[in-house]
Amino acid sequence: MKVVVDMSKCQDHGQCVFAAPEVFRFDDAGRLTHLSNPDDALSDAVEEAADVCPLQAIRIEH
Amino acid sequence: MRAPIVVVGASLAGLRAAEQLRAAGWEGPITLVGDEPHPPYNRPPLSKAFLAGTASSASLTLRPRPSVADATWLLGTRAVRADLDRRTVDLVDGRTLPYRALVIATGTRPRRLTCPGPSVGRHTLRTLGDARRLRAALAEPGARVVVVGAGFIGCEVAATVSALGAADVTVVDPLPLPLLGPLGESLATELRVRHERRGVRFALGRHVTGFAGRDRVTGVRLDDGRTLAADVVVESVGSLANTEWLAGNGLDLTDGVLTDAHLRVGGRPDVVAVGDVARFPGLRYDGVPRRVEHWSIPTDTAKHAARVLTAHLAGAGAGADTKAGTGADFGAGVGGELAPFAPLPTFWSDQHDFRLQSFGAPALGTADARVLYGEPGADVVVGYHREGRLVGVVALGGRAAVAAAARHRADLLQQSPTT
Ligand SMILES: Cc1cc2nc3c(=O)[nH]c(=O)nc-3n(C[C@H](O)[C@H](O)[C@H](O)COP(=O)(O)OP(=O)(O)OC[C@H]3O[C@@H](n4cnc5c(N)ncnc54)[C@H](O)[C@@H]3O)c2cc1C
Ligand code: SF4
Repeated sequence: MKVVVDMSKCQDHGQCVFAAPEVFRFDDAGRLTHLSNPDDALSDAVEEAADVCPLQAIRIEH
Repeated sequence: MRAPIVVVGASLAGLRAAEQLRAAGWEGPITLVGDEPHPPYNRPPLSKAFLAGTASSASLTLRPRPSVADATWLLGTRAVRADLDRRTVDLVDGRTLPYRALVIATGTRPRRLTCPGPSVGRHTLRTLGDARRLRAALAEPGARVVVVGAGFIGCEVAATVSALGAADVTVVDPLPLPLLGPLGESLATELRVRHERRGVRFALGRHVTGFAGRDRVTGVRLDDGRTLAADVVVESVGSLANTEWLAGNGLDLTDGVLTDAHLRVGGRPDVVAVGDVARFPGLRYDGVPRRVEHWSIPTDTAKHAARVLTAHLAGAGAGADTKAGTGADFGAGVGGELAPFAPLPTFWSDQHDFRLQSFGAPALGTADARVLYGEPGADVVVGYHREGRLVGVVALGGRAAVAAAARHRADLLQQSPTT
């Protein structure tokens, strides 16, 4: 599973971090970082993260 | 052919319900009925980036999960009646859809002011069409704008419009401060100051008594005798739930569709309500049923309702349509596998160059509001308490404030339902 975040859309809502903390987190500077190839076992959490992003900035490629 | 699960209302909640039915194991047919001509789109930008002209309509379209590619979409089609005993929905075009299970996702529409005066020049903001019309009206240089209602949408519109360079923007509200209910006095005062610094004016503690003008609005009359000059009026005075099509089924439609703690409607295991239209018991706090008009609620309700429906259908012998392993019927919640629906309310609102971010139920704790982080005037987080217990936090400011509020989220989540 490949996860792409369109950083030109992301507005740091952090909802993805709540939904899938294993995959998304804020770095010390407060910028969103994420795993680009998370384990398929995390796919439910990643789909949920994509759902709750108000900017629809998260895309999943299987 | 087997009857589908019918979802009425094809916006965020309807789409999420269809997706979550698939995720919960429903493999049978799904039909979505929506009276707007558009596929589901995202509403929050309508008062923000789309109104400002910095987001295209294409960017608003919600991307459905691949799992619902085989769903049937009946767009531009209004449901006019439902018969919950016969399990049918009547459509405006005369067709009748039989259903296996029904998802109610018809949301809300703006309430209108009923005071006298012309209607041309008066706007509401709920749909893409509304936003396009408002944007066109604002394109007139030097437009004078009056926003009636200092709630979230009113405050956002005022912020966006003032940045667009309207000649003046005034927000009218009968309450003494903007967003007083959800924010309480101290934060609402701070919000007002921030708006005023950026050029928004307020006429607070004032009611609208009528509209001046012959063929179109030229002013807004207030109960203190003043008339505010206006070329464009935006009415953001709350919403009405779209439930007329459900009349005649003995349901409680007082304000939205009353549900039980599993989002089921009218004591029926095959009918659920999701999104803005659902009035569900607030189990995390006081148990009082309320509609919650936050963007996060359609997704939260859809997930829970889909599990409840799928479990019921599997138990009712729809095995061919559901994946194995979802056979439990969650019953009345006693001894069921699924905990009652008790989401942590979450919303944001972007105004000018700052964000309001809320977790929990601040409105229940405005009598005991304390600054938890920062200071008014800068990035600030306020905590709201009831009986000494933190029930909500709101951040006002930038990224640092939002991050500081989010640190209380786990604490708020841990609070168990009060039942
Ligand atoms: C301008 C604006 C800005 C917002 N900003 C924010 C924000 O910043 N943060 C936040 O948390 N929330 C925000 N919200 C709230 C959020 O968008 C809503 O909570 C969300 O859209 C609710 O989704 P829903 O699907 O339940 O209802 P709706 O989006 O109202 O969808 C209901 C759908 O059902 C259709 N329908 C109604 N009756 C029938 C019928 N009889 N037959 C067929 N179809 C029918 C309607 O046309 C509509 O398409 C905002 C809302 C608006 C309008
Ligand atoms: S939820 Fe969306 S906007 Fe928020 S941090 Fe994640 S990707 Fe960015």
